[in-house]
Amino acid sequence: MLSIKNLHASIGDKEILKGINLEVKAGEIHAIMGPNGAGKSTLASIIAGNDNYELTEGEISLDGEDLSELAPEERAHKGVFLSFQYPVEIPGVSVTNFIRTAINETRKANKLEEMPSNEMLKVIREKSELLEIDRKFLSRSLNEGFSGGEKKRNEIFQMAMLEPKLAILDETDSGLDIDALRIVANGVNKLKSDKNAIVVITHYQRLLDYIVPDFVHVLYNGKIVKSGDASLALELEEKGYDWIKNEQEA
Amino acid sequence: MELKEKLLSSFMAFEERIDVTSDLHDVRTSAIKNFENKGFPTKKEESWKYTSLNSILKNDFSVFPKNENTIEFADVKKYFLHEIDTYKLVFIDGVFSSFLSATTHDGIDVCLMSSALNKPKYKMVIDNYFNKIANKDESLTSLNTAFANEGAYINIPKSKVVDKPIEIMYFSTGSEAALLVQPRNLIVVGENSHVQIIERHQILNENPVLTNSVTEIFAQKRAIVDYYKIQNDNLEANLIDNTYVSQKQETNVSVNTFSFGGNLTRNNLNFYHFGERIVSNLNGITIIGDKQHVDHYTLVQHSTPNCESHQDYKGIFSDRSTGVFNGKIYVEREAQKTNAFQKSNNILLSDKATINAKPQLEIFADDVKCSHGCTIGQLDETAMFYMQQRGIPKKEAKALLMYAFSNAVIESIKIPELKQRITKIIATRLGVKMGFDL
Repeated sequence: MLSIKNLHASIGDKEILKGINLEVKAGEIHAIMGPNGAGKSTLASIIAGNDNYELTEGEISLDGEDLSELAPEERAHKGVFLSFQYPVEIPGVSVTNFIRTAINETRKANKLEEMPSNEMLKVIREKSELLEIDRKFLSRSLNEGFSGGEKKRNEIFQMAMLEPKLAILDETDSGLDIDALRIVANGVNKLKSDKNAIVVITHYQRLLDYIVPDFVHVLYNGKIVKSGDASLALELEEKGYDWIKNEQEA
Repeated sequence: MELKEKLLSSFMAFEERIDVTSDLHDVRTSAIKNFENKGFPTKKEESWKYTSLNSILKNDFSVFPKNENTIEFADVKKYFLHEIDTYKLVFIDGVFSSFLSATTHDGIDVCLMSSALNKPKYKMVIDNYFNKIANKDESLTSLNTAFANEGAYINIPKSKVVDKPIEIMYFSTGSEAALLVQPRNLIVVGENSHVQIIERHQILNENPVLTNSVTEIFAQKRAIVDYYKIQNDNLEANLIDNTYVSQKQETNVSVNTFSFGGNLTRNNLNFYHFGERIVSNLNGITIIGDKQHVDHYTLVQHSTPNCESHQDYKGIFSDRSTGVFNGKIYVEREAQKTNAFQKSNNILLSDKATINAKPQLEIFADDVKCSHGCTIGQLDETAMFYMQQRGIPKKEAKALLMYAFSNAVIESIKIPELKQRITKIIATRLGVKMGFDL
């Protein structure tokens, strides 16, 4: 599914990613952990096509198709979804209208008819129940005045609606209390299938108690310095990132 | 002949046709004298620093249309708020069209300035209000006063909630090569009454028009007035709108200005307070491109204690368009406990677009809350990326963002059908068709 080879990326003159290799297959959950400033969010942004970052070397492809020249919306149409660490507020546009626009634009790009409104409403109802979202919430302006937890839940709700092939969850656990964390994780687990893949980006191990990864990668100073199974996350939690830093600098 | 000279000689011809013995004769004569002394404003004047009338005044404007013109309702239906029933005052090339209008004298007067000026039964209202709040020193207002003859006359007695909105519509047919029209509107809203008014100017072909309009609005105690100005005219249209609002105690007057079209638009919007606990709202959305120019010049004169004013202007400028926001808040010594707020937020979509923003606060009272905020920026790139990431193409994402940017002002529209109309105009302006009504 997702194949990243020798990826280098920079913002301005500053090189942030210094040769990343990552293979994510359908049905897998990968966790990318690392200290602040390691390049985790940069990796998420560059997969999704944020043009603030420049891809200087290497390849990103999805199902064999090169993504690097595609606009963010084209990547979205091919099934890439990024749950934002800081979702943006859009006053005057309701959650429902926003998601309807997103879905229909995606369908249009994939040469499908618009989703009929009654079907749309049905799907919205199902998915909002999955994430325990109140109906009233859906008519509010997108993210405007939402609490941190509501914003994150709304991101996962959009993911549920768009049914992406590849979902990247960037610090989805930050700002969540334990109940919201459970709801979000439960939602993600239910959306998981053998046809899609999830990349969880997180600083802490906490979320991985709920969304159990098949692979854990440690990103440090723009490179993946360690990979392992779920137990690596526990080891990191125990030893702290200094363990990685010391090992790297030794 | 220069336009000024032409106007001065036309005035003599105009005066000959009307009753020179009337009280109005003196008003008109002193008005034309003021215009003669001052002439058209130039960029040398502080208040016209960013707006030049020069190129417009080179047109050979007809001051009076030669023919009476008619238009079919079907051709202009789209300019009306036709989804709902409204009172209508329609003028074609400055001349009243009874055929297109829907006037009333049933409990309220929604009729013509020309009859109000000439019929004895309106004399008292005219004596009390006509030209009473308009600035007699201002040359363009004076020019309008000198020729004041036609426009909307709306008189709502006390304790009336007017059952439907009133639309004031000025069409120009383009039968003249270039036309100057000078509508004069008088609106008196009685105690405890409530009225909603929509004003629009529209030219129907490609010949240039200069409209120099004066509107006086009087709100008596506790009256509520919601006024909407739709400026979505074509590129040959030039509009100078001079609006003067007089508010008595506990009144709430809102003037919402939507500027999407026209070549040059200048809005002089003035609020004066005569009582306590008054609320004044001045809202505006400006979305222009090409070489269009929109200048908002506002004044709120706080003369009395415990009043508030809110100004919220949003502007989106593309291509080589230029915008001006010059907002003056004047708080007199007596006006303690004033709350006066002013916001002007602008987005420049091109390197060639310009906005000149100039807040002016003059405060002589010591216990007041006043603020002004002016921002000029580009579209938020993070927000763009967010929407694109959800599959919304750049153009649509841009439109959604601009809609979101203007939203606070759109939300202030109290007529649902008008709100829908404005959002539709905005969507058209932004060149998108969304899957829902924006």
